[in-house]
Amino acid sequence: MALIVFLSSGLFLGWSLGANDAANVFGTAVGSRMVKFRTAAMVCSIFIILGAVISGAGAAHTLGSLGAVNALPGAFTVALAAALATFWMTRLNLPVSTSQAIVGAILGWNIYASAVTDTNSLRRIVMTWVACPLLSGVIAILMYWLVRGVIRKSKPHLLELDAWTRYGLLAVGAFGSYSLGANNIANVMGVFLPENPFSDLTVLGMTFTGAQQLFLLGGVAISVGVMTYSRRVMGTVGGGIVKISPVAALVVVLAQSITLFLFASQRLEFFLASHHLPTFPLVPVSSSQAVIGAIVGLGILKGGKGIRYRVLGEISLGWVATPVVAGLVSFLLLFFVNNVFNQQVFRETHFRIDAQVVAEVQRRGIPTAGLDELRGQDITNPVRLVKTLTSSGGYSEDQAKQVVDLARVTRLRVDPALLAMAGDRDWLTPGQWQAIEALAGRSFIRTWAFHRALAEASPDWSLRPAAKVNELWNKDLARRLAYLDRKFAVRDED
Amino acid sequence: MTLFKSTREIETKIDGFLDKVAEGALFFQEGVAAYLAGRQEEFAEKIAAINRFESEADTLSREVETNLYSNSLIPEHRGDVLGLLENTDNIIDRAKISLYQFVVEEPVIPAQFHGGFNQLAEASCRAGETAVKAVRAFFRDIQAVQDHLFKVHHYESEADQLSDALKREIFRTRDLDLAHKTQLRYFAHNVERISDEAEAVANRLAIYTIKRTI
Repeated sequence: MALIVFLSSGLFLGWSLGANDAANVFGTAVGSRMVKFRTAAMVCSIFIILGAVISGAGAAHTLGSLGAVNALPGAFTVALAAALATFWMTRLNLPVSTSQAIVGAILGWNIYASAVTDTNSLRRIVMTWVACPLLSGVIAILMYWLVRGVIRKSKPHLLELDAWTRYGLLAVGAFGSYSLGANNIANVMGVFLPENPFSDLTVLGMTFTGAQQLFLLGGVAISVGVMTYSRRVMGTVGGGIVKISPVAALVVVLAQSITLFLFASQRLEFFLASHHLPTFPLVPVSSSQAVIGAIVGLGILKGGKGIRYRVLGEISLGWVATPVVAGLVSFLLLFFVNNVFNQQVFRETHFRIDAQVVAEVQRRGIPTAGLDELRGQDITNPVRLVKTLTSSGGYSEDQAKQVVDLARVTRLRVDPALLAMAGDRDWLTPGQWQAIEALAGRSFIRTWAFHRALAEASPDWSLRPAAKVNELWNKDLARRLAYLDRKFAVRDED
Repeated sequence: MTLFKSTREIETKIDGFLDKVAEGALFFQEGVAAYLAGRQEEFAEKIAAINRFESEADTLSREVETNLYSNSLIPEHRGDVLGLLENTDNIIDRAKISLYQFVVEEPVIPAQFHGGFNQLAEASCRAGETAVKAVRAFFRDIQAVQDHLFKVHHYESEADQLSDALKREIFRTRDLDLAHKTQLRYFAHNVERISDEAEAVANRLAIYTIKRTI
C-alpha cells in the first residue's frame, strides 16, 4: 500500500514530463498545422511507451539520476518536487527541461541530507544551458541552408514537398518520442525498481519482466500527460516565438535530434576518439533548450524581425526558475515529510577513517598527517568533514573529497545468487562472473576495496588507462560496479 | 503511402487545369482569327471547344479545392493556391465571354483593322499562356517564376500599346459612324482584357513567391 502512495509521485512526474516534453518533439509539427494534435498525441504516446518498455529496460541497470537518493520516501519527495516545478511551468505554457527540474530537486535533497554535491559536474551542466541552445541554433541554420539547397536542386512539386515534410515530421517525431521514453523512464520509475511490486509475466509466449511492467506503467503516465495537457506548450513551441513554415519545422526537429545526438552519443565519441578526431563533451542536455535554440536560429536567419522577444524572455526565465523552484520545493517538502509524517527521507551514511583508509590515501600520494586526529571517529556529515579537512588539515577541496569518498562505509556481502535471481548472468562477461563467484561469501565495508578485489580476481573488472578511446569501457564498467554495489549492499535493517 | 497517392492525383488535376486554361487562351486567339477571316464553321468549333475547356477547368479546380481541404494538405499555402487557381480560371472565363460577344453582336470589322485585331489577340493570348507557365513554375520550380512574370508584364504592356493604337486608328477613320466606332472599341477592349487577367495572376504570384521562399 505504501508503495502505491510512493509510486504516485513517480506517475505524477511522468505525467508532467509528457505534458511538457512532448512539445519538443511535436510542437513545431502541430504549430505549423502539418500534423493534427490528435495524430501527434497518438504517435507520441505509442512510441514513448515502446521506448520505455523496450529500451528503458536497458536502463534498469543504471537507476537514473534520482538513484542517488537513498531512501524511498526521499525519492518520492524529490520526484514530487520535480513534478510540481515542471507542472507549474507547464501551466504557464513554458517549455522547460524536466531533467533540470530533477537536478534542482536532487540538489535540494543533497542540501537537506548534507550530502556532498559534485560542483564540477554541476558547473558543466549549467554551462550546457548556454552551449546547447547556441549549438542547436547554429546547426538549425546550417541544416536550413542544406535543405533549401536540396529543394532547389531536386525541384519537388509543392504538394510532394508537403507530403515529404509531413512524413518526415511524423518519422522524426516518432523517433524522438521513442528516445524520450527510453531516456526518461529511468528518472520516472527507476527509483522504485528495488521495491518493484510486479513479478515476471508470460503472455503468448513472450515474457515481460517486472521492470518492463513498471516501465509500462510509467510510459502510460507519460502518455496520459501528452494526451491531456501538452497542447498548450506545443502552441508556444510551434508558433509562440516565431511563425514557422513546415519545412522549417522539420529542420528544427532534425537540428534538435542532431544536437542531442552529438552531446549524448558515447558511440560517436568512441568513434571520433578512435580515429584521433576531436570529441564533444558528453553532458546531459535538455531537448527543450535545443528546440528553442533551433527556432531562434531560424528566426535570426530570417532577419530576426519576427521573433517575439517577450515570449523568449519568459522561456529563459523559466529555465532559470525551474531548478531553483524545484530545489526549494524539494527542501521544504523533505522537511515536511521527515518531521510531520516521520518518514526517513535519507539514509545516514557513515564515514570512518581507519588504517585501511589511511593506507589507501597514502597510496594515492595524498598526505596523511591531517587525518590522525579524526581516526576512529564515526562521522555522519560529509560536508562538515570536507570543511574540517580543508580548513585545519591543509587539504585542497579535491583531495578532501577524495578522502571523504574513501572513508565512506558501505557494508557489502558478495552473494552470486542475488544476481542469478535477477537474471543478470548473461549481462556479465564470463570473466566478470568468475570473479564474483570467487569472492562469494566475502564481506567488505568499502566499495572501492570490493572493486579492487574484483579487479584482482579478473582483468574484466579493471579500469583501462584514462584515454578517450577507453572512456566507453570505463563508463560501462562504473555502471556495472554501481549496480553490484546496490545489489550486494547490506542494509542496516537486514 | 496513401498521402503520396492523393498528392499525385491532385498534382495531375492541377496540371490538367492549367492545360485547359492554356489551350483556352490559344483557341481564343484562333477563334478571333477565324471570325475575322469569315470562316464561320471553324469559329463555331472554337467556341464549342473553349466552352468545353472552361467547364472542364471549373470542375478540376473545384476538385482540387475539395481535395486540398479534405486531406488538409499544404496548410501554409492552401489559401494562396486556391486564390491563384481562381485567378487563373478568370483567364479562360474572360476568353469565353469575349469570344461569345462576337456571337451575340456579330460586329462588322472592316478589313483595315483585321491586322490590328489579330496582333492584339496574339499578344493577349501570349500573356495568358505565360501566366500559366508562371503558375506551373510556382508549384515546381520557384526560382523560375520571376522570369515568367517578367514576360507576362512584357506581353501585357505590348497588348496595351496595340489596343491603344487600334482604338486610335478606329476613331481616326472617317467612313464609320460613331456607334460602329464605339462597338469596335468595345471589342478591342474585350480582346485586351485577357492580358489584364494574366497580369492580375502575375501580381498575385509575385507576392506568393516571396511568401514561399521565406
